[in-house]
Amino acid sequence: MASAGGQRRDAAIVGIYEYPLRKVEGITPLEIKAESAKQALDDAGFKWSDVDAIYDAGDGGGAGGLGIAEYFGWQPNVIDTTAVGGSSYEFQASHALRDIAAGKARVALLTYGSTSRMNAVAIGTGGRTSAGPPSPVGNMEDSWGMTLIANYALVAQRHMYQYGTTSEQLAEISVATRHHAMRNPQAVRAMDDLGFVDTGELTVQDVVESRMVADPLHLLDSCMISDGGGAVVIASADAARGAKKKPVWLIGSGEATRYPTNDRDITRSAAEQSGPVAFGEAGVRPDEIDIAMIYDSFTITVLTILEDLGFCKKGEGGQFVQGGRLRYDTGSLPLNTDGGGLSSNHPGMRGIFLLIEAARQLRGESTSQVKDAKLALAHGNGGMLGSRHSGGTIILARD
Amino acid sequence: MATRPLPRFPEPDTEPFWQATKEHRLTYATCDECGKVVFFPRRHCPNCGSSRQTWHDSQGAGTIYSYSVIRQNRHPAFKDLGAYAIAYIDLDEGFRILSNIVGVADPTKDIKIGQRVRLRWEDQEGGEVSLPMFAPA
Repeated sequence: MASAGGQRRDAAIVGIYEYPLRKVEGITPLEIKAESAKQALDDAGFKWSDVDAIYDAGDGGGAGGLGIAEYFGWQPNVIDTTAVGGSSYEFQASHALRDIAAGKARVALLTYGSTSRMNAVAIGTGGRTSAGPPSPVGNMEDSWGMTLIANYALVAQRHMYQYGTTSEQLAEISVATRHHAMRNPQAVRAMDDLGFVDTGELTVQDVVESRMVADPLHLLDSCMISDGGGAVVIASADAARGAKKKPVWLIGSGEATRYPTNDRDITRSAAEQSGPVAFGEAGVRPDEIDIAMIYDSFTITVLTILEDLGFCKKGEGGQFVQGGRLRYDTGSLPLNTDGGGLSSNHPGMRGIFLLIEAARQLRGESTSQVKDAKLALAHGNGGMLGSRHSGGTIILARD
Repeated sequence: MATRPLPRFPEPDTEPFWQATKEHRLTYATCDECGKVVFFPRRHCPNCGSSRQTWHDSQGAGTIYSYSVIRQNRHPAFKDLGAYAIAYIDLDEGFRILSNIVGVADPTKDIKIGQRVRLRWEDQEGGEVSLPMFAPA
């Protein structure tokens, strides 16, 4: 089914919920998922029993869609256990769109819950551990003391070498997302609760003078580690008509993966494959996008993906992000208007928050609302940018 | 100091590579059908799917493709090392390996992308394997 403009109108986000706390005690990821599910269904005006398709990355433990169906108490017709790291939710939204368009489902639910902070998971600097059975990749990579942030730093270092990108340019991304975080009460509370040393606006100088963790990436090039979660309800066009909130249509999607090879240019991510597929399906160009929610695990992640999605030419991301272009108030491409993973919420897999904030913008509910936002993009990156990772692109539109 | 995570077996794809390290041989395979380099080691060729391949010894000379100097790692084997460097190295025979750059006075200043490096073996306690690392050539 298509609108007059040719955009598809098969499935829409009709319910969203972001768990408000980043520091929790006495609650499990499963409980966060269930509470978020109920709240997102309430947001849509749907009943618990309306859900007939479930998408789960296994973040609550157990066997993904198998375990979560029982925990929630549903017998869905579609069970999708796509788990590709932080972009799992863009992949799942893509699959929900496909499943709904095929008539397999009417009301799809994506949930996320994590207590990474409570469990003191050192996501960025914990180093590789030899858990699980031996694997080829583990055997070739685990002996060198690689950390997650160093993996991203390999991309940043190469990007600087190939294109002359600077730390000051990367810092612009942290500055813009912090500017948005300062307007989001949940993000402000998050920074207080997590003990951020400086919870005010940032300058480029603040970022480049913060502690170097893995050259060339600094502490303030890096996302936080929080608890949290959320849920998204995606409905068929028919079901969406009965929802309380205006539909936020999914009009294009793409998914891809990249991994180390003997000659790969690591400054290019999976987004260069998932992006064109999504834009092609949506029938829109990058320069028509009003707002971009791009996975900001580190500043380099955003810079790389902006280029790969075609918002600027490859290698010109450094200049592109300068001059406040990513700010909601002065910029032509506002980025992560909730504050992003850098300054609002990163429990490990923040892809669901990209969809949630994109939906808020297209509903007019963001704390850094972009006037008349009509077209949004969400791009999740899962795994590790410098080695194997997944990229999922979703393009969203309001009526 | 705690020991580094080391390769574990049985793991048939990478076992021939690690066996050769005991003799200080850095090995890679080429596909007998399409001629491409197969690395990381695995039984099939990721280019054409063939499982016919021939192993070779590398001369151990290469170029730094990218690197990072790690200032913080909470893993017990690395937390007290001080700053150390991790890198992708492009070997002259056409394969890329992840490893450490050693033999530099100050890794924060003495390492550059494009720098030529040479293989340096770091034997591990117990002699199970030796780790191929790289130093400026």
